[in-house]
Amino acid sequence: MVQFHRHHGQEGSILVTRVEEPSKYGVVVCEADTGRIHRFVEKPQVFVSNKINAGMYILSPAVLRRIQLRPTSIEKEVFPVMAEEGQLYAMELQGFWMDIGQPKDFLTGMCLFLQSLRQKQPEQLCSGPGIVGNVLVDPSARIGQNCSIGPNVSLGPGVVVEDGVCIRRCTVLRDAHIRSHSWLESCIVGWRCRVGQWVRMENVTVLGEDVIVNDELYLNGPACCPTSPLATRCRSLGSSCERPAEPRVGQGTLAWASQARTRCVSGSWTGWKQLDTCFCGHKPGGVLVGTPSPPPQEGRAGC
Amino acid sequence: MLKAVILIGGPQKGTRFRPLSFEVPKPLFPVAGVPMIQHHIEACAQVPGMQEILLIGFYQPDEPLTRFLEAAQQEFNLPVRYLQEFAPLGTGGGLYHFRDQILAGGPEAFFVLNADVCSDFPLSAMLAAHRHQPHPFLLLGTTANRTQSLNYGCIVENPQTHEVLHYVEKPSTFVSDIINCGIYLFSPEALKPLRDVFQRNQQNGQLEDSSGLWRGAGTIRLEQDVFAALAGQGQIYVHLNDGIWSQIKSAGSALYASRLYLGQYQLTHPERLAKHSPGGPRIRGNVYIHPTAKVAPSAVLGPNVSIGEGVTVGEGVRLRESIVLHGATLQEHTCVLHSIVGWGSMVGRWSRVEGTPNDPNPNDPRAHMDSESLFKDGKLLPAITILGCRVRIPAEVLILNSIVLPHKELSRSFTNQIIL
Repeated sequence: MVQFHRHHGQEGSILVTRVEEPSKYGVVVCEADTGRIHRFVEKPQVFVSNKINAGMYILSPAVLRRIQLRPTSIEKEVFPVMAEEGQLYAMELQGFWMDIGQPKDFLTGMCLFLQSLRQKQPEQLCSGPGIVGNVLVDPSARIGQNCSIGPNVSLGPGVVVEDGVCIRRCTVLRDAHIRSHSWLESCIVGWRCRVGQWVRMENVTVLGEDVIVNDELYLNGPACCPTSPLATRCRSLGSSCERPAEPRVGQGTLAWASQARTRCVSGSWTGWKQLDTCFCGHKPGGVLVGTPSPPPQEGRAGC
Repeated sequence: MLKAVILIGGPQKGTRFRPLSFEVPKPLFPVAGVPMIQHHIEACAQVPGMQEILLIGFYQPDEPLTRFLEAAQQEFNLPVRYLQEFAPLGTGGGLYHFRDQILAGGPEAFFVLNADVCSDFPLSAMLAAHRHQPHPFLLLGTTANRTQSLNYGCIVENPQTHEVLHYVEKPSTFVSDIINCGIYLFSPEALKPLRDVFQRNQQNGQLEDSSGLWRGAGTIRLEQDVFAALAGQGQIYVHLNDGIWSQIKSAGSALYASRLYLGQYQLTHPERLAKHSPGGPRIRGNVYIHPTAKVAPSAVLGPNVSIGEGVTVGEGVRLRESIVLHGATLQEHTCVLHSIVGWGSMVGRWSRVEGTPNDPNPNDPRAHMDSESLFKDGKLLPAITILGCRVRIPAEVLILNSIVLPHKELSRSFTNQIIL
């Protein structure tokens, strides 16, 4: 990429990649041979080009003079001007690329990364009885007997996986503990979480830091704040947490409105009730499940 | 000497019990490890002076029924006979039709029990009350809360004499919080009012009841035609009981009844309850395991689990609030909660079969199960998950709040569905 930048000698180079649905990103219209960017359109409504800004730039110091001393979005304010002046060039990325802002995409990105690892450094991946496909296991992690781990699983340092656990397409972060006979698919298990026995988690369930999931629960896509024991909440929700319809509320924040059934005193079902949400800083990955709680401090990691 | 009559209905009845009633007649469905009516027969056999037990219904006498009758006769050393009605005759018609059989030998009184109730059967107490003051009809009653009493037969009693002053079957407004348990003690005089009703129905020719359905000749509904008509005339009395009682109309109520009976086993049949033994599975609460079942030591069972004959439970299986019928297989690491796993079914590894209980409010001692309907506003209400006979569930899937019809082989997860 540095070579490319020096070769054209203009002020800025950005890495672009080809995607199927460009309207979520900043789209780049450029010349095929030189890579000179004609136009830079942020989140276009109609199809302009299928190459998007991959989020990696090389900029000459001259670009700094273009930025005024106020909150500025470089993609919206600086790059379009540079493109008009012919100072912006695009280089197409050859390898894999994913925007991993959302948990769902994070997992897809992890799969792509593991696949690339299989091609470039296969000795880093784990193999053995019970390991299926591309699995990355930290040396300090421990896996029990009769497990089935993989494909596309990464286990962090200090992770303990007990006997008879099946994990597919998940990321398990540092020091998490998965107890026996559970089944996880497409989940992100946060640092120091404790997942009980016979738990079933699927459909991009995200557990933040230090979450306890009681035995025998079923989690279908909720996201959980740090240090909120999912135990009692899910129990009172009938151990079934369903993924909601709208994942995004407002700019830059992500809140999941969790829907759950509650049972009236008279014993009839009241139908689906929307429970309140709480907001979690700027980081996507949502929040909540269960009763409302005050918003945590800004910038708190783990959600 | 005494006799007992158990009304077992027929294939037209018990439709809410499908798909489980496709395989065996509902009265033979195992509740807490033994067929439903075996609890009735056991209770009757313990009453001193019991000479004969008659089953009246309109099932064809097929294999399971005849085998059950033979086994019951051997075990309880009492003649147990099945009298098949020529047509559905209602709750009272069979009694009148077979009156000669019932009265043969001159019994002092005879019990009449509905097959689809779960109870602690205080038959001796009822007999004592009857002998103290004989009346033609003695009903067993229990209390319900105001809203739920509308689903049952309501009895208004005189608190001192316990005479039934008024009887209404499933009223639409509150009448009384004493409900009819479906367990009765009749004296031979009770057949006279039945005869009157029968003859009156014959004279009226074509019959139509309140729902406009034509009823065949010879049908007598005990509740509407006899109890409601004779209430207040000094013929019908009620004996109150506050032991366990529940109707068994649907699979969910069978599971609840199973729990009630398993609790009773602590007193009546402690040998039927499984105990934790070294090298055996972990047992929590009341669990029944058939001696021929193979359960892995790392499985955790209970509370309220019944495991039938020849069932295989693999390593690391979690079973809670469920009935596993005979020949079923649960492979390793499965989790079965609030479900009924049908005969010969197979649940693959790491799968989860889960239902939602609709139990009565545990905080209300007079609460009973709601009369459950399957749907509300077109959506399937969450209920017990039922796997029919020989259903195959693949590995690693979830079956939640669903009913799977017999012989189905699934390929993915399902929630809130009836899978044909």
